[in-house]
Amino acid sequence: MNNNETANSISFLSEPKGLKSWLFTLDHKRIGILYLGGIMFSFILGGVFAMLIRLELLRPGPDLVSADTYNQLFTLHGAVMIFLFIIPGVPAALGNFVLPLMLGAKDVAFPRLNLASWYIYVVGAAFALYSLHSGAVDTGWTFYTPYSVQTQTSVVSMTLAAFILGFSSIFTGLNFIVTIHKLRAPGQTWFKLPLFVWALYATAIIQVLATPVLGITLLLLILERLFGIGIFDPAMGGDPVLYQHFFWFYSHPAVYIMILPGMGIISELISVFSHKKIFGYKAIAFSSFGIALVSFLVWGHHMFVSGQSEIAAMIFSFLTFLVGIPSGIKVFNWLSTMYKGSISLETPMLYALSFLVLFTIGGLTGIFLGALSVDVHLHDTYFVVAHFHYVMMGGTVMAFLGGLHYWWPKMFGKLYSSLWSKISVALIFIGFNVTFFSQFILGTKGMPRRYYNYLDQFQPLHAFSTVGSWILGLGFLIMFVYLIHSLFRGRRSGPNPWGALTFEWTTPSPPPTYNFKETPRLTHGPYDFDKIAVEETK
Amino acid sequence: MDTTGTLFMPPGQSTLSGEVDSLFYFIFYMSVFFFVLIVAGTIIFVYRYRRRGKAGLTSGVSHNTTLEVTWTVIPLILVLIIFVWGFKTYMRMNVVPKDAIEIKVTGQKWFWSFDYPEGATTVNELVVPVDKPIKLLMSSKDVIHSFFVPAFRMKMDVLPNRYTITWFEAIGAGNYDLLCAEYCGKGHSEMLGKVKVVSDREYAEWLEKGPGTGEGLNPVDFGAQLYKSKACFTCHSVDGTPNIGPSFKGVYGHKASLEKGGETAVDENYLRESILDPQAKIVAGYQPVMPTYQGVLKDKQIDALIAYIKSLKE
Ligand code: HEC
Ligand SMILES: [Cu+2]
Repeated sequence: MNNNETANSISFLSEPKGLKSWLFTLDHKRIGILYLGGIMFSFILGGVFAMLIRLELLRPGPDLVSADTYNQLFTLHGAVMIFLFIIPGVPAALGNFVLPLMLGAKDVAFPRLNLASWYIYVVGAAFALYSLHSGAVDTGWTFYTPYSVQTQTSVVSMTLAAFILGFSSIFTGLNFIVTIHKLRAPGQTWFKLPLFVWALYATAIIQVLATPVLGITLLLLILERLFGIGIFDPAMGGDPVLYQHFFWFYSHPAVYIMILPGMGIISELISVFSHKKIFGYKAIAFSSFGIALVSFLVWGHHMFVSGQSEIAAMIFSFLTFLVGIPSGIKVFNWLSTMYKGSISLETPMLYALSFLVLFTIGGLTGIFLGALSVDVHLHDTYFVVAHFHYVMMGGTVMAFLGGLHYWWPKMFGKLYSSLWSKISVALIFIGFNVTFFSQFILGTKGMPRRYYNYLDQFQPLHAFSTVGSWILGLGFLIMFVYLIHSLFRGRRSGPNPWGALTFEWTTPSPPPTYNFKETPRLTHGPYDFDKIAVEETK
Repeated sequence: MDTTGTLFMPPGQSTLSGEVDSLFYFIFYMSVFFFVLIVAGTIIFVYRYRRRGKAGLTSGVSHNTTLEVTWTVIPLILVLIIFVWGFKTYMRMNVVPKDAIEIKVTGQKWFWSFDYPEGATTVNELVVPVDKPIKLLMSSKDVIHSFFVPAFRMKMDVLPNRYTITWFEAIGAGNYDLLCAEYCGKGHSEMLGKVKVVSDREYAEWLEKGPGTGEGLNPVDFGAQLYKSKACFTCHSVDGTPNIGPSFKGVYGHKASLEKGGETAVDENYLRESILDPQAKIVAGYQPVMPTYQGVLKDKQIDALIAYIKSLKE
């Protein structure tokens, strides 16, 4: 494969030039980077909202903002982080860049659809920003009826934003399914695919099958608000709990849209930085599918105290426990992969290890919430807040950052500061635990979520959590500085700085527009570290 | 039964709280075990197999059927135990004992009211006898709320279009926090109350006296008490600062300008109308969110509230 490593090929970043060439590009790598820009912007925006929330909660009583503003802040934090950052995060930004490279392909199957999905994302984001300006929503990101039908704030523009963003997600999913079926390199059979590709595939299936349900639900909500069709609002004979069923029918599988691609990244990172064949390849690949399928049948576990029938609660609780098992299997597989490896603690690996610790906590605390009687106490408390932050932030965001640091040299051809990146991971890891572990205890002690004010007994833990958010913020600040610095001052990276075996590392960093000079042929599995000696080319 | 509270749980004060806590701690210790296993494994492997110099070829082991079956089957058995255990207690939480005292709970933005079988009504204070099962028949007047008493490990959503039912039996006298757990807007975090658990005798006496009759109080003091107990304070201040509603300070005798335009004199009749039919005249600059107190307040109580408002001069 060495013929692909010609050093003087022109990188996709430098040719063609000009803003127009970027805005009309069909190159999956450029679209991935456009997405990355939008996603990072959203992450910062959502992060600022989070910092303000924590600051307000430093002490009980009104300090920084009014109750109305606070309610808007937590709604926007949730909506921005979920719809604009975490759902498109791994697939649309990293996946777009990496997937065709991993398959030895020149591009995704439908490059125009790919660009369209980015524009739809931008339009959706514009609606979300517009709603900020026009009296931001205060319903919580879940838009529960009848509150969302009655409130004076701009529910319509925000739900329309989520509706539009859904299409962007569906298009990406569709594109990936076809790409993975049709554009694999010669010799790259299904069981020789990198696990990240398997994860993207399972994710894409959920994106395509579940997102339309969200679209319909939000559309109904908009119709209800504008024309009073009376489907959710009890004042008109509707049923508000029906909304919850519709909403979670999408939003529970959506949790796996968020976490599955992250798990895919972790499989790559742990194998590469342990320099070791992945343990249980098929178990990991199939567990993604197991999760994807069962995830459609567990939505009712968000509604154990909503008055649903006991039989329904029982079935949902049972299936919830089942869907947890494949995640557990993956954790054991990753752990076993490290056994007898040759482990190097580069920054991406530190993110992977953080993931392992935090996701384990996130997963185990999910067992508390799946158990019916315990959930009655914990539902809608800070325990739930802490649990899903451990899964979403400790899981997906850590994986996203690990992936970003792993593929960064490939994307931009530059290496970032190893020292500063390690300092930043450490701060993020510590800050995260300080912020969120305290919230488990707040929750079990009875602190409900979405509270502007709170009883005095909760103050010490709230203050502790707020201090954690400052550490976390500092960690991210350092990260942004050294990443941007690396773009201008970073050392040039060779094609394969980490000594990995998948296709994307056989082409120069950054790759030329056409990715590979000639279609590569697969000669070994993605994790054959027991057979292939590979050089790190920093 | 645990009444002291533990690292994670507040003191448990209902017949079912102990059961919930046992399962909680079972899962907790199981989680600690697996967490330690995984983290210790990670640390040991990272240290033991750290890369020294260049990475050469490594072992190609990628399967071990015994191991893989073990780490699938053991967790599976454990979660099935947890599932059954959780379901059993959940059923107990949902099946109301036959002899329970039934109290009607109404949630509305942003307070709770309780109607007792004997005809009494309270706001934000649920008074119940100890060691007696209490059935709560709940509904909401506006959006969804959720009735949450951490000490009893109980929570149930309160819906606008149907009744939800739950029950509890307190095992110790005392005052316990009641909170709204389903987000319901601006006053969500102020939608607090107390569950006051008293002895049988005290409960009977309390019902006898008829809560909220203002026995032995002059109208102004009685009004001040109602201002607190009927939750007027969540929206109206008495010190002049506007909140969700206008402050009561100095309103009487002045003119209120109305949302529709024009103004009206604030006299006894206007005050009475504002309480019983708040939507009739909306004060300029405020939302029409005040609930009606028709049927909640008795005539004597309305008189007392008016007397109290009149006493709050500028
Ligand atoms: C959920 C919040 C809320 C609660 C609880 C509430 N009010 Fe109000 N009230 C309002 C709002 C908002 C207005 C102004 C809009 C209007 O006129 O309806 C108002 C207006 C009034 C007015 C007219 C004031 C003026 O300046 O003209 C009176 C009198 C009043 N309320 C009395 C009461 C009393 C007595 C109680 C308790 C028994 C009470 N309210 C409980 C929200 C509330
Ligand atoms: Cu409420």
